[in-house]
Amino acid sequence: MVTGTAHGTAGAAVAASAPASSVSAAAGRRLEELSTVAGSVPDPELPVVTLAELGVLRAVREQSPGGPVEVEITPTYTGCPAIETMAADIEQALREHGVAEVSVRTVLAPPWSTDDITDEGRRKLTEAGIAPPRGGSPGGSGPVPLTLAIRCPNCGSTETSLISRFSSTACKALRRCEACREPFDHFKEV
Amino acid sequence: MTRSQDTPAGGGAATRAEAALDSPLLPLADDALVLSHRLGEWAGHAPVLEEELALANIALDLLGQARVLYSQLGDEDELAFLREERSFRNCQLVEQPNGDFACTMVRQLFFSACQELLFGQLAELGDPLASKAVKEAEYHRDHAEHWTIRLGDGTEESHARTQRAVDGLWRYTGELFEPLPGPAPVGAVDWAALRAGWTERVTRVLTSATLTVPDSPQSGAWAAGAGRQGLHTEPFGRMLAEMQHLHRSHPGASW
Repeated sequence: MVTGTAHGTAGAAVAASAPASSVSAAAGRRLEELSTVAGSVPDPELPVVTLAELGVLRAVREQSPGGPVEVEITPTYTGCPAIETMAADIEQALREHGVAEVSVRTVLAPPWSTDDITDEGRRKLTEAGIAPPRGGSPGGSGPVPLTLAIRCPNCGSTETSLISRFSSTACKALRRCEACREPFDHFKEV
Repeated sequence: MTRSQDTPAGGGAATRAEAALDSPLLPLADDALVLSHRLGEWAGHAPVLEEELALANIALDLLGQARVLYSQLGDEDELAFLREERSFRNCQLVEQPNGDFACTMVRQLFFSACQELLFGQLAELGDPLASKAVKEAEYHRDHAEHWTIRLGDGTEESHARTQRAVDGLWRYTGELFEPLPGPAPVGAVDWAALRAGWTERVTRVLTSATLTVPDSPQSGAWAAGAGRQGLHTEPFGRMLAEMQHLHRSHPGASW
């Protein structure tokens, strides 16, 4: 049940997080460049983070050097209405970068998780007043740190309470800080 | 999502539509679409703002699931807006009118408790949509569970209304466990285990909500699995007319 079928092209591929090693250096650099362009597109609903930081950019492929470019993105939630805007924005960014033919596909597997948000993305969310999801990369091979409290992005207090399990977008819940009394969005852990 | 969704290759439009009607994915897609539309009817009418957001968010998740499933079967607009009532394979539970808030929440509990278990099984069988959407179903079930307990164990009035909702909707729950024949993964689902898991969960929630689990049948002779065969209750026709009229009145319109 993937929303698009994988194309049997032998084109070079760069996963957003792991560069391929089997491509020539020049083609590799070109793909890195295209990935950076596609990944720097801001999220339509949370423009403080880029699609790469949100972890929704899955792959950028070039069928042949200078040929059509295929991009794979994954939705945060199955019904995320921003996915079509993301696709259009990526297409536009790559066209402006000189790519003539761009296709953007939506893939579901593996399912997106809030652990896919980068550390930089989490920092930017906090800066914008949105409490990032708990968890995240432990940054080492040691035991995963256990953080149960959701910290207020405004004053840092851990005394916060839930106002609404659903908020302005599918991926967030609404909370209030008991210390500074400010309401804030919290990116729900998935 | 017309941009990136590939439709199954081969066959003309007619053959594809017929194949879609036989697919065990269609009932799952119809369940999600119809319940999504019902929840959307709450827009502007929910008891509090937070619930307005909650119901719309749940509706959006379900709509997303329906779209992914439809796009695997053919043209999603055609499947959603150009089929007649008798071609819809949704269970009768999801087409039931919203009623009061208790009725909407009990309907959600009954449906989401089942969808969570079903998607859990499908995820185990390697289905990508189910692997993703099982977390959404879990969140919906959790939300409905909170409300069922709060309303059932609430005031005399809220208890009476919630019990009425449970009793009224109970007869539509048996259909949730009617096996959907067809290829794996849906064809490989263990429906008996699904029913057992659902019964255990729902009994636990209703009991802690101080509600009585009905001992009445979970289907009527006229209703056993009937939605899956395209037989629907009276309110469904009216819902469908409202849902489809814009698309049918203005074919190909966009804004």
